[in-house]
Amino acid sequence: MLLIHCPHCEETLPEAEFAYAGQAHIVRPADPMSQTDEQWEEFLFIRENAKGAHYERWRHLHGCGRFFNAVRDTVSDRFLTTYPSGTPRPDLSTLTEGKA
Amino acid sequence: MSYRIPGRGRIDRAQPIRFTFDGHDVEGFRGDTVASALLAQGNHLMGRSFKYHRPRGPVAAGSEEPNALIGTRRGKGQFEPNTRATMQELRKGLETTSQNKYPSLKFDVGAVNDAAYMLFSAGFYYKTFMWPRNFWHKVYEPFIRAAAGLGVSPTEEDPDVYASRNMHCDVLIVGAGPSGLAAARQAAGKGLKVVLVDEHSEAGGTLLSEPQAKIDGVAAWDWLSSTLAELEAAGVKVMTRTTAIGYYHENFIGMVERLTDHLDEVPQDTPRERMWRVRAKQVVLAQGALEKPLVFHGNDRPGVMLAGSAQTFLNRFGVLVGKRPVVLTSHDSAWYAAFDLAGAGAQVQAIVDTRAEVRADLLDQAKALNIPVKLSHTATATSGRLRVSSLRVNKVSGSTVSAGSEIKCDAVLMSGGWTPSLHLFSHTKGKLAWDDDLTTFLPSDTPEDCVIAGAGRGLWGIEAALADGAAQAQAALDALGQAGDAASYAVDEDRPGTGVMHKELPTDKQPGRAKAFVDYQNDVTAKDLRLAVKEGMRSIEHVKRYTTNGMATDQGKMSNINGLNIAADALGKKQPQVGLTTFRPPYTPTTFGAFAGYHRGSHFEVTRKTQIDAWAEENGAVYEPVGQWRRARYFPKSGEDMDAAVKRECAATRSSVGIFDASTLGKIEVVGPDAAEFVNRMYTNPFLKLAPGKCRYGLLCGDDGFIRDDGVIGRISDDRFHVTTTTGGAARVLNMMEDYLQTEWPDLDVWLTSVTEQWSTIALNGPNAAKLLQPLVPDLVLTEENFPHMSCAEVDVAGIPARLWRVSFTGEIGFEVNVPAPLGRQLWETLWEAGQQYDICAYGTETMHVLRAEKGYIIVGQDTDGTVTPFDAGMGWAVGKKKADFVGMRGMARPDLVAKGRRQLVGLLTEDGSKLEEGAQIVLDPNQPIPMKMVGFVTSSYDQGTVGQPIALALVEGGQDRMGETVYIPMPDRTIAAKIVSTIFVDPENNRLKIGAAA
Ligand SMILES: [Zn+2]
Repeated sequence: MLLIHCPHCEETLPEAEFAYAGQAHIVRPADPMSQTDEQWEEFLFIRENAKGAHYERWRHLHGCGRFFNAVRDTVSDRFLTTYPSGTPRPDLSTLTEGKA
Repeated sequence: MSYRIPGRGRIDRAQPIRFTFDGHDVEGFRGDTVASALLAQGNHLMGRSFKYHRPRGPVAAGSEEPNALIGTRRGKGQFEPNTRATMQELRKGLETTSQNKYPSLKFDVGAVNDAAYMLFSAGFYYKTFMWPRNFWHKVYEPFIRAAAGLGVSPTEEDPDVYASRNMHCDVLIVGAGPSGLAAARQAAGKGLKVVLVDEHSEAGGTLLSEPQAKIDGVAAWDWLSSTLAELEAAGVKVMTRTTAIGYYHENFIGMVERLTDHLDEVPQDTPRERMWRVRAKQVVLAQGALEKPLVFHGNDRPGVMLAGSAQTFLNRFGVLVGKRPVVLTSHDSAWYAAFDLAGAGAQVQAIVDTRAEVRADLLDQAKALNIPVKLSHTATATSGRLRVSSLRVNKVSGSTVSAGSEIKCDAVLMSGGWTPSLHLFSHTKGKLAWDDDLTTFLPSDTPEDCVIAGAGRGLWGIEAALADGAAQAQAALDALGQAGDAASYAVDEDRPGTGVMHKELPTDKQPGRAKAFVDYQNDVTAKDLRLAVKEGMRSIEHVKRYTTNGMATDQGKMSNINGLNIAADALGKKQPQVGLTTFRPPYTPTTFGAFAGYHRGSHFEVTRKTQIDAWAEENGAVYEPVGQWRRARYFPKSGEDMDAAVKRECAATRSSVGIFDASTLGKIEVVGPDAAEFVNRMYTNPFLKLAPGKCRYGLLCGDDGFIRDDGVIGRISDDRFHVTTTTGGAARVLNMMEDYLQTEWPDLDVWLTSVTEQWSTIALNGPNAAKLLQPLVPDLVLTEENFPHMSCAEVDVAGIPARLWRVSFTGEIGFEVNVPAPLGRQLWETLWEAGQQYDICAYGTETMHVLRAEKGYIIVGQDTDGTVTPFDAGMGWAVGKKKADFVGMRGMARPDLVAKGRRQLVGLLTEDGSKLEEGAQIVLDPNQPIPMKMVGFVTSSYDQGTVGQPIALALVEGGQDRMGETVYIPMPDRTIAAKIVSTIFVDPENNRLKIGAAA
């Protein structure tokens, strides 16, 4: 069972308290009706299938209830970091493997 | 005849224990396993094999045992199949039975499979039963079903209790042999929480089988007991009978502790097993190595066993597995087994070694004990019916195998060398590296905080194991910031050794006819593996699945490396190029009880009940599960079936008044200055201008444009909405709302609160609903003018503060009364009393479904399936055309969602008046060739309603443009014609919704 650090509770807790919520940093366009079909398709459906660092969302469902972002290595299944929604992507080169 | 050797073993001779095997009384001692007690009687035959029903006895002495699987019975309901006889400790009154035999262990008719073995070669599941085709149902399938399965499943519910607990520790050491003990000593006394576990009934591992060793001048068993005392004094938690079954992410280890199976008397309410969920900062894997069999014709005959296991039976249990054994080996270790057995009085017939050269000291000792030695020899056959009686051996020079000679014997002790036990290490996604010298895989890197010590990484001998246990533990301690020096150990009478590895042993006979077993439990032979390669299997994963090698409950503990060596040879590749199959948890078979723990029966999942549930139960409700809720489905009067009850409930509601418990509806309170803006963005309908005191039906879509949920939303005040969701969708909807609120619109000042459990909701529907309710609501005039359809108010109902809604899910005058949850039953009973003058009828979910379908009201998830837009559902009216944006608005404009020919919701009336099956497929032309083009399917269908004939809802391609057309529903026995009609079967003008209009 993974251990996940909730950036809001500032605690590292078992995976069972959390729910996965898909890829991170996909912003819903401010004016969806101005989007082309291709742009809307991209927003709805097109996702990474990363081997390695993956930016993704989790929700501390059975805790504070907050959504947050994470970088997880899909090969080792280790979290490299977690950070609040709405903050920029962390720089991968500054993340050391195994630190959450 | 007893094979028990006086003065040997760790059993307690003062405590004899009787048990039964296949109905016969057997006596053993405290400390025995079923296997050791039976072997002490000279009984090797303990079961029949899975596929060929060949007679089998124990090959091993531990949890890797593939053959000696027995049924054990401890009492009523306490039957367990496939228990390893080598692990089951004796307890008084234990009943054990052999498996896979009919009619008896000694005479088995299924052994005809053995003679017909050509039918059962590699891939037989895929080949033998393929032809002729019509044999499948009548012949092959019954045969496979009868033959399938190992042992017999229990037939009674398990009465035992299973526990589970969490544990956090600094250092977890798996395996309490020399490496594990040295690791524990290294970690002890430093203020750390140290846990040492072993699957056996006592700690010691190899030391239990090697009493001759002297550790720092102390005899092995004395050293063991003083070490255990020292560890206990230092606060180390030593857990025996505890198997580490799996190693999961981030040093999370599952362990099963067997608490009572060995006890004569089980204290009341003591759990049988306990699952430990351990989170360890550092893990030391000290699981040792498993001995490999040699692969030769007849290597499965009872009496043929691993040499190291024979040594264990002698030294730990005081049992001589044979009085005239022959030793067959490719590794030094078996020589010591021969010496130990000779020392206990056995007449060792010969040591047969495949190697041309063997260490001089071993040869000398064999000579001193008068044991004949045959080097450069192979074994080519065994004989004996239910027990081995001879071994045929042949001299090998180069590739020439000379003629064989027979050695009479009553046991064959074999050793093909040792395989590091890497199961748990592999669970960590640890990488394995092939070692050419040892001809085996050794552990390499792992992502976990884990070290592996001793024989588990190919080190041999007690001194090496002790030293490595200390060194590896110190490495783990270093990682915890506890620097120090690893303790050193000196061992006398140690038995280091080396050996060579083989594929199947060379033979002078036709290899294609050899029954040289690689996987005993699944009856896989060397020939099967070679055939699999010949038939095109290239990957070891394919070879495994085609032959089932390593797929039995022992997970190939003894067969994987032999199988790999043979497959690699057949493929002409090196072993690492062929690769090893994946080890998966659990390490040994684990009871479902241990996994389930406390979560069984009513504790398996919560059953949510409303405040009115008890009234329903007292009034004879039949329930159905809806999500986690149990809901009253209908209320049968005596003699009524469901159809009759529902028909009566429907009629009563339409003619007077029905009462329905709607408390399970999901309820979300949306509060804040931006509440209206938020609801308006989430739902398709416009909500900004909805006045307080008004309700509106809301349709929730995803951003893909498809319907996700629906419900009525009441505006309680400017900044407060009471949102209802479907019963099953509540949690999903709240999650979706939170997602948009937190991550897309964090600027909105809104709070979301789940209030499903805070309200009891009672629906009153029918022409007399307002009349019934009015006297109980003195502060509000319930007329069409004053409180029209889709109104809501905070008002006292029967003296209870309530949120009263004027809504209808039946097409009749309808109210939903929300009161604080605990007062739900009080209100229900008040309404029930007040309704008696109107013959009030309590109805359940089934009637609710029928009445809503008659009005064409959808149920999300039944009439929609995640690919239905509001327009497909005929609910374009619910989509706010003037809104700038809402969730799903852009999605609905996607090209495919506005294309012609989409499946649309319509009503269906069958021409013959029969009821359609929900899910039945619809075609336009019933005479077209098969496969027909299906244009839709039935989503809802009922015949208990008030329409006068069965009705159905269906999704049909272009359905809204096909009104009046006939479509066809092909069924197994006939084709049903049905006419496409409006989804509204009752009161399309909505006159009945109006107070005063209907009566
Ligand atoms: Zn949190």
